[in-house]
Amino acid sequence: MSTVVESHDHGHHGPAKGLSRWLFTTNHKDIGTLYLWFSFIMLFIGGAMAMVIRAELFQPGLQIVQPEFFNQMTTNHGLIMVFGVIMPAFVGLANWMLPMQIGAPDMALPRLNNLSFWLLPMAFGILISTLFMPEGGPNFGWTFYAPLSTTYAPSTVNFFIFSVHIMGVSSILGSINIITTIFNMRAPGMTLMKMPLFVWSWLITAYLLIAVMPVLAGVVTMMLMDINFGTSFFNAAGGGDPVLFQHVFWFFGHPEVYIMILPAFGIVSHIIETFSRKPIFGYSSMVYAMASIAILSFVVWAHHMFTVGMPLAGELFFMYSTMLIAIPTGVKVFNWVATMFRGSITFETPMLFSIAFVALFTIGGFSGLMLAIVPADFQYHDTYFVVAHFHYVLVPGALFGIIAAAYYWLPKWTGNMYDETLGKLHFWLTFISVNVTFFPMHFVGLAGMPRRYPDYALQFADFNALISVGAFMFGITQLLFLFIVIKTIRSGKQAKPEVWEGAGDLGLEWTLSSPPPYHSFTVQPQVK
Amino acid sequence: MEATKTLRNLIGIVVGMFAFGWLLVPIYDVFCEITGLNGKVTGPSSLSQESLAITEQRELLVQFMTHNNESMPWFFDSEKSQMRVITGNQYEATFVFHNTTAKEMVGQVIPSVSPGRGAEYFHKTECFCFERQVLAAGERIELPVRFIIDPALPEEIGSLSLGYTLFDITDRVQPEKEIAKL
Repeated sequence: MSTVVESHDHGHHGPAKGLSRWLFTTNHKDIGTLYLWFSFIMLFIGGAMAMVIRAELFQPGLQIVQPEFFNQMTTNHGLIMVFGVIMPAFVGLANWMLPMQIGAPDMALPRLNNLSFWLLPMAFGILISTLFMPEGGPNFGWTFYAPLSTTYAPSTVNFFIFSVHIMGVSSILGSINIITTIFNMRAPGMTLMKMPLFVWSWLITAYLLIAVMPVLAGVVTMMLMDINFGTSFFNAAGGGDPVLFQHVFWFFGHPEVYIMILPAFGIVSHIIETFSRKPIFGYSSMVYAMASIAILSFVVWAHHMFTVGMPLAGELFFMYSTMLIAIPTGVKVFNWVATMFRGSITFETPMLFSIAFVALFTIGGFSGLMLAIVPADFQYHDTYFVVAHFHYVLVPGALFGIIAAAYYWLPKWTGNMYDETLGKLHFWLTFISVNVTFFPMHFVGLAGMPRRYPDYALQFADFNALISVGAFMFGITQLLFLFIVIKTIRSGKQAKPEVWEGAGDLGLEWTLSSPPPYHSFTVQPQVK
Repeated sequence: MEATKTLRNLIGIVVGMFAFGWLLVPIYDVFCEITGLNGKVTGPSSLSQESLAITEQRELLVQFMTHNNESMPWFFDSEKSQMRVITGNQYEATFVFHNTTAKEMVGQVIPSVSPGRGAEYFHKTECFCFERQVLAAGERIELPVRFIIDPALPEEIGSLSLGYTLFDITDRVQPEKEIAKL
């Protein structure tokens, strides 16, 4: 009997060739790349929907689309940006960076990792396909409040529910993988309080995900039963209550908004310490701040629904608990500024995006505080002020964090430096257009322009034209980003292993070559 | 193995949170019942011993409101729009249902008391709420509601409104009938 069938060395084989590499891969770098490209494509699909919305709102009156289609655009823009862009991009970054930052050879559950990625194109394939069905896609807003999403929904709502279930399974599997990796595969010597902040931010995010995604699965299942099996969870005719939907939804929804920002906190911490050439100020307070934000996120949900009718005690509780979150968030902003203080700062593209993140995310945080004030919220509720608020925390917040991470780690991933001039051009165009787009929304919101309508009163016309111009500029600018990424993958100055001056001491990923070998840290490094 | 243990705990959290999501439904109902939040009349149909011990009586206004949900075509109204009542005594109000259409329909009424805090002091000894009303084409019926206002009603509540919303549940009932025929 021959036992030696294969003689080649298993330790050093590279990726498989062709399409099967991507379909069957269990390599964390390949899966990270898949996640990032997926979210990049979804950014352009969701962005195209935003362009339709802004084109319609460029002038008062109905010009381009019908209100029914407009509703489908706002709904799908929200769903795609939340579940298809921000979350997969962060999971992609986690896949690429976590094993390299904690000195592990790969994720703990590589096959599960493959499954959790490939579920996503299925989910979004189903969701987007509804737009081409005769009844049209979901049109009830990304928050899918009952009874709009049950009694009055198009029958395609069933596809939507199924796709949310699949997205949820994908996120839960991804999170289980991340937590298992962090707890079991850290390099010897790397205690929890020595972990890089991006790893910490993802550990906390993953716990939030496994805690709230099952609740989302529960609420869409209740919807499914109300629609198809005659139950009355949210139907007043059968003794149910539509307000119950909002409570269960926001019990998921509020932790969800922190899921979309915590990993960006981790990324920005790394970038600011790198380009300030100083270790992060107050490492442990950063960790505790993230943990307290995560815990508090479970007791503030009803601030999204102050106007549904609540006893005064309830409104006061949710008002104060919401304001409490400003304290750990303020600690983080203070620490970032303190890290930059007296640092030898240079302004490479990732740093520019990170500084813009700190400044503009804080604006979004402050408008959040304004919305938390109960009597004021009765005026702001469901106006463009709310739209301005959550776009400030999600675009110059979460998305800037992702773009900064891409510039910061792209030379590590590809081995090529990106074009700094183009990067800076991309930053300034993005920075200007993001503010032109979202800042005037505060004004029209305070003046009373309601969200989710395809038309508006004449006095809002000038600001809306300005907002649309900003939005088109923002959209076109992101094509420049696509160009820069492709250009960097194909060519560019060879990147050193540490990439950024002095970064070698900041994390294990900078001790690997650029690009890193297909299987990195097959021997675990020692952390002192 | 360590990883298996972590994995088991995490799956436990996922299953637990899924269950918790469903548990939020009864928790919400209990919470509303305790606080009387959404004006659901959930108290007992009779007065408690403590309330019976209160001899002091006062007069207040009880108003009746009827709504038809969506496109429910029936005529639905209360005979009187309001009554002056004395706490601790039983009163009767009459409601008229009239199926103005040419086909048999099934209706159901959902009550609500406002202000919500007053709901627990509104004791209904007889009510048609939550019962299915099957009315033939053109049929007209009158149904009574008997109620007692609890003498323990807080001082600051000067009047109570009893709102009824009538839902058309013909479509929801029809499939059950067809199943019953089989």
